[in-house]
Amino acid sequence: MADKTQKPVLLTMKDIRIEGRSDETWSEIIKGVDLTLHKGEVLGLIGESGAGKSTLGLAAMGFTRDGCRISGGTIDFDGIDLRSASESQRRGLRGKRIAYVAQSAAASFNPAHRLIDQYSEAPVQHGVMGRAEAERDAVELYRRMQLPNPGDIGFRYPHQVSGGQLQRAMTAMAMACRPDLIIFDEPTTALDVTTQIEVLAAIRDIVAQFDTAAIYITHDLAVVAQMADRIKVLLRGVEVEEADTRTMLSSPKEDYTKSLWAVRSLARPAQPAVRDAVPVVSVQGVTAGYGSTDVLKNVGFDIHKRRTVAVVGESGSGKSTTARVITGLLPPRQGRVLFDGQPLPADYRQRTRDQLRQAQMIYQMADTALNPKLRLRELIGRPAQMYLGLRGKALETRIKDLLTLIELEPAKYIDRLPSELSGGQKQRIGIARALAAEPKFIICDEVTSALDQLVAEGILKLLDRLQSEFDLAYMFITHDLATVKAIADEVVVMQNGRVVEQGEKDEMFHPPHDPYTELLLSSVPEMDPDWLTRLLEERAAKKA
Amino acid sequence: MSIIWSMISKRLALGLLTLFVISIIIFGATELLPGDLAKNILGQSATPETVAAFRKELGLDLPAHTRYINWLLGALHGDFGTSLANKRPIADLIATRLSNTLFLALYAAAIAIPLSLTLGILAALYRNSIFDRAANAMALTSISFPEFFVAYILIFVLAQSGWFPSMARMDASTTFTEALYRTFLPALTLTLVVTAHMMRMTRAALINLLASPYIEMARLKGMSPARVILKHALPNALAPIITVVALNLAYLITGVVVVEAVFVYPGLGQLMVDSVSKRDFPVVQAVALIFAAAYVLLNLTADVLSTLSNPRLIHRK
Amino acid sequence: MSFLIALFWIAVAIAGALTAGWLFLKIAASVTRGGTARALRSAPVTAGFGMLVILLYILVALLAPVIAPYAEREVVGAQFLPWDSTHLLGTDNLGRDMFTRLVYGARNTVGIAFLTTALAFSIGSILGLLAATVGGWMDQVLSRIVDILMAIPSLIFSLLLLTIFGTSVVTLILVIATIDSTRVFRLARSVALNIVVMDYIEAAKLRGEGLWRLITREILPNALAPLVAEFGLRFCFVFLMISALSFLGVGIQPPTADWGSMVKDNAALITFGDVTPLLPAGAIALLTVAVNFVVDWMLHRASGLKE
Repeated sequence: MADKTQKPVLLTMKDIRIEGRSDETWSEIIKGVDLTLHKGEVLGLIGESGAGKSTLGLAAMGFTRDGCRISGGTIDFDGIDLRSASESQRRGLRGKRIAYVAQSAAASFNPAHRLIDQYSEAPVQHGVMGRAEAERDAVELYRRMQLPNPGDIGFRYPHQVSGGQLQRAMTAMAMACRPDLIIFDEPTTALDVTTQIEVLAAIRDIVAQFDTAAIYITHDLAVVAQMADRIKVLLRGVEVEEADTRTMLSSPKEDYTKSLWAVRSLARPAQPAVRDAVPVVSVQGVTAGYGSTDVLKNVGFDIHKRRTVAVVGESGSGKSTTARVITGLLPPRQGRVLFDGQPLPADYRQRTRDQLRQAQMIYQMADTALNPKLRLRELIGRPAQMYLGLRGKALETRIKDLLTLIELEPAKYIDRLPSELSGGQKQRIGIARALAAEPKFIICDEVTSALDQLVAEGILKLLDRLQSEFDLAYMFITHDLATVKAIADEVVVMQNGRVVEQGEKDEMFHPPHDPYTELLLSSVPEMDPDWLTRLLEERAAKKA
Repeated sequence: MSIIWSMISKRLALGLLTLFVISIIIFGATELLPGDLAKNILGQSATPETVAAFRKELGLDLPAHTRYINWLLGALHGDFGTSLANKRPIADLIATRLSNTLFLALYAAAIAIPLSLTLGILAALYRNSIFDRAANAMALTSISFPEFFVAYILIFVLAQSGWFPSMARMDASTTFTEALYRTFLPALTLTLVVTAHMMRMTRAALINLLASPYIEMARLKGMSPARVILKHALPNALAPIITVVALNLAYLITGVVVVEAVFVYPGLGQLMVDSVSKRDFPVVQAVALIFAAAYVLLNLTADVLSTLSNPRLIHRK
Repeated sequence: MSFLIALFWIAVAIAGALTAGWLFLKIAASVTRGGTARALRSAPVTAGFGMLVILLYILVALLAPVIAPYAEREVVGAQFLPWDSTHLLGTDNLGRDMFTRLVYGARNTVGIAFLTTALAFSIGSILGLLAATVGGWMDQVLSRIVDILMAIPSLIFSLLLLTIFGTSVVTLILVIATIDSTRVFRLARSVALNIVVMDYIEAAKLRGEGLWRLITREILPNALAPLVAEFGLRFCFVFLMISALSFLGVGIQPPTADWGSMVKDNAALITFGDVTPLLPAGAIALLTVAVNFVVDWMLHRASGLKE
């Protein structure tokens, strides 16, 4: 990559302070951040949730969301002071010279209008070109974004187009007025890994072709490594450090950045395989679905004591449906589930209390998995009271023990409501609730995917510790292969309701593979800035 | 496209079924009456002979389902039987009154719908401004007022001074403009009552959408607030707005009863209230059936229209 | 000129009401503690005014015999006497003291409306929560019945039922409670349906919790805020409906003092420029406005907390 810092400066933000309002009081979200961007340069903005990435990105357009305000600093865009400019002046820049690409294209396209109408809105309203010209231009950009049927796709409504295609159409829309700057706000976060590759490649190409400057916001280090010339790391509204991409990846200076880098390499040695013993859970030839369609087709695998089986696949592959069959929420059409060698009744309502106790579940969204109106005492205490008959003092002691186990101070937390906890703490409560039943088997459904990397790491370590302490068997549903590396002993790869490959983890990460596993594995971004280029070349070579 | 037609025809069929069940309820409700209907009407002093004669006259000697079928078939042909109170055919009593009531409801709707939509859109556009707050507080206040309170205030302010008549008398010789003038106060009362509600709901439907990512996107494309509301929010708010309009038109139907009573307006509502105090069952049943039918039809229309306003349904994958 | 004077007095009344609401909030916030006090401090003056009015109505209803100078049904003088010191608001069409009737009306009209709402609410919310939680045929049957009942305009339906069952207070309460419970059912069901899909409900079901605990511990606490707000709205509706029926002469029957029929009985005075018959109507309006103000604030709070 050529050094773009030699080019003229496009955007300068100095000592930016942004406040957000909650309960009638204003508090700072961005606490004095500087940012400089040169023409044609791509700056990666990374940080965990709450770091203020999006807020800062939007401020580069002189825009704040409702309930936020810019309280200090200067924003200079190509000689225009965005803070003192009038609202109509700022409006004149937005969409024309500074464009925005949102996280969820499906939600950010207006469902009532066709794609091409939304494409031509900015150029026509800003007086850049006429309607007919804009439509011709749209087709050209759709072609460059490698959308299928570029001539027709614009005449569809958003709900008629897939997520990956919409995200590319949105990038094309942002390009409509050939802006000087585009803010990409987590454009691939909502996509599956295999779809993500195409979108990343398309975005990178078009930005390079038009020499557009960009601010690329993401929480995924490997993604930003592919896209950015420079990387800036944010933590709770403050800049941690900034450097060009290669320097940042090879030698981060700050401890926080180093810890982010370290999470990516978390891995544990697999437990030795068990062959003879009776598995704790055995899923046998399960076919299940809703209505007339089969979501699962002949799915089978075993889970042994003290072992973690990771079930991997993209959205719609049937991972969660498998969990619903095991828990008895969705009785299968064919096949059965054995527990300790005994068949479980298909419907949870027919299971005994002890059968229910033995298999517990931890959910992806701790927010919806914990009743917001109950205190931790009851949330954790209820299973212990119900299954183990604990009362009074014994129950209290048990709840406190459980809180200690998940590393929360009992006296401080026992009477809190879920809303008074952080995301990671909530997830720990979900774990404690499962443990309270003293189960043999726990299903973990994407338990770390809603969490920031560092917090997720803590949860994974906790789960690991608890497993050896209580001899638990885990079924770990995830779409993230880094998590698989970190926790699994055995891997089951699912696609379209079928198991395409299964085996020990160490075997799974070495070829030869089933073609789908191959695609899935190769699509996971790596921390190497040349990874995407190399991958695309390899794939092109294979095709040819 | 065929999916949408099948949806619509399903709705229509469901609407007809609903109407049918309602007719059973309206007819059957009288069967719930403890004791003998004829005795109940004639009173305890009636001789067995008169009661028997009366039963025969009402057709009460026939089994309930036969009477129901006869009643329904008659109603479908516009024949609702005869009034108990004055022995006149109910169809005659209803004919002019129905058109009077429709006239009043349409009159009010013609003012209320455009007015409330405009106010609702303006309130959403200038949300949290003084205008919005004042409009909101006033709307809340007028929703809280009983119709007769609004009506009497209008009479007190506008009729006492002789600007408008406090009684809306109508007869065959009344011309259209004269009718508009005479029914101005009742129409205004109805307008005030429904406008507030429609305005609030329109505003709420629009503001609900303003948090959507696609609205933020439109703003980030540099579109003006007016364009954001009209071009981006409004098309998506159509379904809730249509429902609200239908709901309030339906509300006009019931509101009309009270307003007609205040202004002594010769409409269906008046007839119904008079018949209730006289316990003139056949008339009450007939009017209830007409009101219910209008109500069901309105809801059905709203249902179909909001289905048609959904691009996800019209433009299938 | 008279129009300007009227405007002036309206402005004075609004200013007075807002000041009273503001004062009420200050006082209420200082005597309460914790979350309640915090909520009261951030409440708009309209809500303060609403609470104040509701409190006053409750006091008047409870203390009616103490406040009223005469007995409820006592004829105390000639018909339609003007306002003076013995009869504060004059007398009505039968020569009963208007002020006394107005005070007793608070007890009768508000009391009956409250009872009816409570009944409608119990029936509607219990069935609604049950339908959403149990689902299946139970939900289907209840929902279809409610659909049908709701397809008949409520005023028309109650007129029909009152024709048949007569117009005693008990039938009035039962008829309106039944009709109104369908609206409560709809809301309770839809609120509960949003809760039932939550993972914590699934977790509770998988834990093996029974229906009773599922509803009372897991669903109800989360449905409470919208249901309480709905109670306020339903009360307004029922209150207006009963007043309308009484006004039409088929609601609360004479000689019981009731605001709706008081308007009707004395309406003739209005055309002579006498505002007396507007007072009971105003009393109805004031209470509904007050309840609506409070509900509006509660709904706003509930939606604000969600974000």
